[in-house]
Parts: sequence; C-alpha cells; structure tokens
Amino acid sequence: MYKTVLQGVLGVAALAVTATAASAGTLDDVKAKGFLQCGVNTGLPGFASPDDKGDWSGFDVDYCRAVAAAIFGDPTKVKFTPLTAKERFTALQSGEVDVLIRNTTWTISRDTSLGLDFAGVNYYDGQGFMINAKKLSGINSALQLSGASVCVQAGTTTELNLADYFSANKMEYNPVVFEKIEEVNAAYDAGRCDAYTTDQSGLYAIRLGLANPDDHVVLPEIISKEPLGPAIRQGDSQWADVIRWTHFALLNAEEAGITQANVEEMKNSDNPDIKRMLGSEADTKIGTDLGLSNDWVVNVIKGVGNYGEIFERNIGTASPLKIARGINALWTKGGLQYGMPIR
Amino acid sequence: MASQDIAESGRESPGVSFLYDPKIRGIFYQAVVFIAIITLIYWIVGNTVANLQRSNIASGFGFLKGRAGFDVSQSLVQYTSDSTYGRALYVGFLNTLYVAIIGIVTASILGFLIGIGRLSQNWLIRKICLVYVEVFRNIPPLLVIFFWYFGVLSVLPQARESLSLPFSSYLNNRGFSFPAPVWGHNAGLIGIALIVGLVLSFLVARWARKRQMATGQIFPVYRTAAALILGLPLLAFVVTGFPLSFDLPKLGTFNLSGGAQVKPEFLALYLALSFYTAAFIAETVRAGILGVNKGQTEASYALGLRPGQATRLVVIPQALRIIIPPLSSQYLNLTKNSSLAIAIGYPDLVAVGGTILNQTGQSIEVVGIWMVVYLGISLITSGLMNWFNAKMALVER
Repeated sequence: MYKTVLQGVLGVAALAVTATAASAGTLDDVKAKGFLQCGVNTGLPGFASPDDKGDWSGFDVDYCRAVAAAIFGDPTKVKFTPLTAKERFTALQSGEVDVLIRNTTWTISRDTSLGLDFAGVNYYDGQGFMINAKKLSGINSALQLSGASVCVQAGTTTELNLADYFSANKMEYNPVVFEKIEEVNAAYDAGRCDAYTTDQSGLYAIRLGLANPDDHVVLPEIISKEPLGPAIRQGDSQWADVIRWTHFALLNAEEAGITQANVEEMKNSDNPDIKRMLGSEADTKIGTDLGLSNDWVVNVIKGVGNYGEIFERNIGTASPLKIARGINALWTKGGLQYGMPIR
Repeated sequence: MASQDIAESGRESPGVSFLYDPKIRGIFYQAVVFIAIITLIYWIVGNTVANLQRSNIASGFGFLKGRAGFDVSQSLVQYTSDSTYGRALYVGFLNTLYVAIIGIVTASILGFLIGIGRLSQNWLIRKICLVYVEVFRNIPPLLVIFFWYFGVLSVLPQARESLSLPFSSYLNNRGFSFPAPVWGHNAGLIGIALIVGLVLSFLVARWARKRQMATGQIFPVYRTAAALILGLPLLAFVVTGFPLSFDLPKLGTFNLSGGAQVKPEFLALYLALSFYTAAFIAETVRAGILGVNKGQTEASYALGLRPGQATRLVVIPQALRIIIPPLSSQYLNLTKNSSLAIAIGYPDLVAVGGTILNQTGQSIEVVGIWMVVYLGISLITSGLMNWFNAKMALVER
C-alpha cells in the first residue's frame, strides 16, 4: 500500500524502475548488439590466452566462438573480456558479459545464492599440486606437504578445497594468496611457495610458462571434483538453452563423426540423425525453436570443429599441453562427455 | 518567527504577489531540492532491489554468519577456515589497522628525522635527505610496494639457504624469522613494574614542572624517567629469577618452523607505506620549522636558553601548529593506501573482503562494509588529530 502511494507520487521514478526490471532476454540483446561478449581467463595457456597480436585462443575461447557461430553464423562475432577469478561473477551478474566461459567450477552455492546457472560441463577436472622436484626431491605425494607454503589464487574453489584438504589430513600450511593468476605464477616461480595448487589442467598449462618447466612435477593426488563449465545469469532459460545445446551439438558432432572438414558433405548424409542435427531435414524447426537458424550446428562445426577437434587443438596431444582425453572422452569411449539427443 | 517575517514583508509591499517573496521562494526551492534528492535515493534503492531480485542474488547481511572455508595467511586473532565470514572480515580489518598504525609510527619518526635533516648544517646530510624526498615523493605508492616486494624481498635466498643474522634470526624470501620470547612464571610482575615505572615518571614530571614554575630549579626529569621505566622492570626480571626463554626458528622440510615470523607481504607493504609517506611528512616538517620566525630562535638565545632547549621549548611547539593539520592528511593517506596490499597478497580488509564477495556474491554488502570501515577509521584518525591540534594550538587570552 505504502509502495503504491509512493509510486503514484513519484510516477516518473517508478516508471524507470519497472522499465529496468522488464528487459529483453540475453539472446535478443546479443542479436541486437551484433556480437557476443564472452568472459574468459586473463591468461591460462590452452584455455584462454591472447597472443602477441592480441588474438585470443584456447579451449574456452573456442567455446565462445562456437556460441557466436551458432547465433550469427560467424565465429568471429565475439569480444573477449579477460576476468580474474574474483571479478568474474560480478561481471556476469552486472551484465558486463553475456556468458562466462572461464574454467569455472559448477558448485551448488554458485548455482543458487550467486544467481547463476551452469549450462553444462565442458571439461571435467580435479585439483592437484605442483612442486619444484629439483628443489624438493623426495616429495612425491601431496600428503608430504605439511608445513609447506602453498600458492593459490583468491576467490576460487581451489582456495576452499586447499583449506579442507589440509585440515582433513591434519597438516599445517601457509596460504600465499594473490588475486591475479599472473601474480601467483610469478610468486611460485620466484620460490615464494613450495607448492602451487589449482585444477590439474591449469597446472599443466602454467608449467609451460615457468622458467624451467622440466624442474616441476604435478603430484598424483587429485583432491577435488572440478566440473568446469559455461555460466550464465539465472532465470533466462532461452539463453541457457542456446549455450547448453551448443555444447551438446559439439559432443554429438564428434560422436557422429562430423568434423570441420566434412560438415558440408555430411549435410547430404542419409543418416536421419545427422540430417536432423545439421538442419537438412525437410520442414525442420529445431533451430528456429531455439531462437537460431536451422543450420546453426553447421555454422558451429564449420567455425570451430567438434568437441574432439577443439580439445586436441588446444589442450590435447596436438598442443604443447598434451593432456589426455581421460574422463573427458565421449561416453562411447569410456569417458563422461555425453551429448543429449538432438531431436 | 519566520512566518511572522513573511507576513510582515507581505504587508510592507501590498502590490507584490507572495510569489516574489524571497523567503517563500527560498523555502520553495529548498523543498524542491529536498524532494528531488529523496526521489533520487528512492529510485536508486528501488532499482537496486528490483535488479537484485531479478537476478536472483541473495541480499542482506546474513551471509556474515556463514562458514568462511578459506585460510588467511596472517591473523592477529584466532582464525581457522571453520570461522565465519564476519570473523574473516574482522581479521582483515585488524591487519589493515596493524599495518596502518605501525606504518604511521615509522613514517612519523622517519619523516621528522629527514625533515630536520633537510635543514641540517651538514651539506651531505642535507643533500641525501633532499634526494630521498624527491625520489619517494615522485613515485606512485604501488611502485614503491612492488620495489620492496619484487625488488628487495623476493630476491632474498630460499628458506634452506637463509641469511643468518645475529641472535638466531634468519632472513629469506619467506620473510624474517626471529626467536620468539616465551615468558615463564611470574612474568606478569615485569609488566606491572613497567606500568608502575610509567606512572611514577608521569608523577615526577608533573612535580618537577610545578617546582620549576615555583622556584625556577630544574630537575633531571628525562634521566629519572628512563631509570624508572627501564630499571623497575629490570629489577622485577632479576627478582623473579629470569623467567624468559626463547623459541628459536629451526629449519623444517619446507620452511623455518618455530620462533616468530614476519611475512614478506607485510614487510613490503609496511616498508613501502612508511618510506613513501615519510617523504611527504619530511616536507611538512621542514615547512613547519621554516615557518617559525628566525627572531623566535634569536630571542630564546637572548633569554639564555641553550640551542637544544631553544628548539625543544620555543621552535618545535610553534612548528607543530603548522605541521599537525597537513600531518593528519598524510596519516589518512597512509591508511587508505594500505588497501594497495591486494597487489602483493597481504590479507587486509580489501583482500579478504574481495574473496568473501566472490564466494557469496554479495558485492553491495561487502563494498558497503569496506566504505563504512574506511570512513570510520579516517574519521577517528581525524578526530584524534583535531584533538591533538586543539591541544597544541596557540592559547589566546
């Protein structure tokens, strides 16, 4: 009642409030803007890092390009916002980025109280430790790290897992916490800490950038589950669908053997599954129901390739990181990556 | 009263409409501005609440009771990862205060020495102080912090090759380790002796001043006070049978364990803030001393005061009146600059708050807490300095 009266008195102000509250969905905003604003890591080789010309590359970066290709048919219609671990959620909540694809762990508190939704898991990871084996010979397990100084990035699940792991194993440690990944890397390389902890994929990537990569080893223990995936603002299911199904399309394309090279000829395939996925079925409405064009999967695969191609190119055996597919293999090959059926 | 005036002014000029009455106009415009500001605040708050609800972000300060889950590298009070977010913020707040207070003390001492050094008769001292001031005053504080952290402290040797210093203390790139005193039985007596010494010195100083006012006789107050403050605890120390042992730092698998340790992040921030602010304080002090008329010194010599007495009793009290107000600003600057700690990972209020903000997503609340805390610290500092200033100000009769 009080509010109604006030709103009547302050008509203009109240109008402004309601006008802000009823804005369009993210997909329409992105289409109107003409490009996708994608939040990525500030510099994690293999996942998202700029080269000396400022061109971004990496696994997460290719996911951003895949979404851009699905919406615009053009993988280059994307702008990247490098974000630190601490900045990322505020940037997403405030609308500074449309989607956050920045090796971000899916947890229940982020999904609920942070006002986020996760659209899937594009990389199943786990947290590990890296040490300088040359200086600390004789250490070959994380359980021997009692008393060590451990470098970690602020505001990550890593920081929390680290505290839990050491207290569960009744070990002491000194956290050395920095906000930017570059600062953590520099501190570890300078010997400020004995061990570096983050997701194992990250450790392999960071090791490449150290002064003497061969001196450092990643310890065998994996102390946590880190399902990394794209995050969006909560309550926009149309936009969630676009991101989620782009991810599934990449997986299904790999499963069906559709690659960047053969996608055009695959359009004429007799296989009804492939025809449906690539939008060459007569009177198909799959793409338009999603708010995209019917050849969206063709655009995605033409733009960046399928999941396996993205993986191999950026972090797999064809890359300096040489990470094995492991649990990120397709379900048909004993892994966890499982694309929901496009039908 | 006001309404009567309006009525009167209305009567005096019957031909003019009340719309042209300056008083009514004044009230009208004030009312318009007031309503506009209230509307703006209402709109901002309403808009924020609506947007927060629309984005499904939890709000309120309930999150402060949640389990923090992360560790903090330096804490002045008991803190573990099982403590609450509120406790973590408190730890950060104490760390900010800690570095600010120690920094202010060091910067003041250093600043006064250098400020006086700039007026020295000795050419070398004068020029060294000049170079110091010009160098530190013209570099941004963040670079001074980086200089200490990356340039000085991180190039120190590794823990296993620590530099050995006298008294079993060690310096390495993990910080400065030194023996921690462990007090035994009856050690409390020493503290009591110290307090008694302080109180007695204060009483002696008061008595000596009264006697000097009455008879003109001078009593050696400083020497007596030193004897009381140092002698009494020393006596207690001997009487209680030397109840003090030391916990020496020892080399563990990774770090030096045992003893007490000062982390390089704290050292870098503390040294940088002290050295940076000292340059500004030095200039303030120099200005204050030069601001006292030379005639004052000459007059005190003419009265028979020795140079030391002239400086202490005549020049400095007058210089302080000029120095204190700008000095307060420097203290506030130092406290606020301490938030640059985030660049080198010292867990101050901003760094810890940032982690909490990221984990709970409650940016508005955390930023609000930051602002209130810094405002509070600054207002308290200003209050103290204003009190000190009033005490030092020229008493006019």
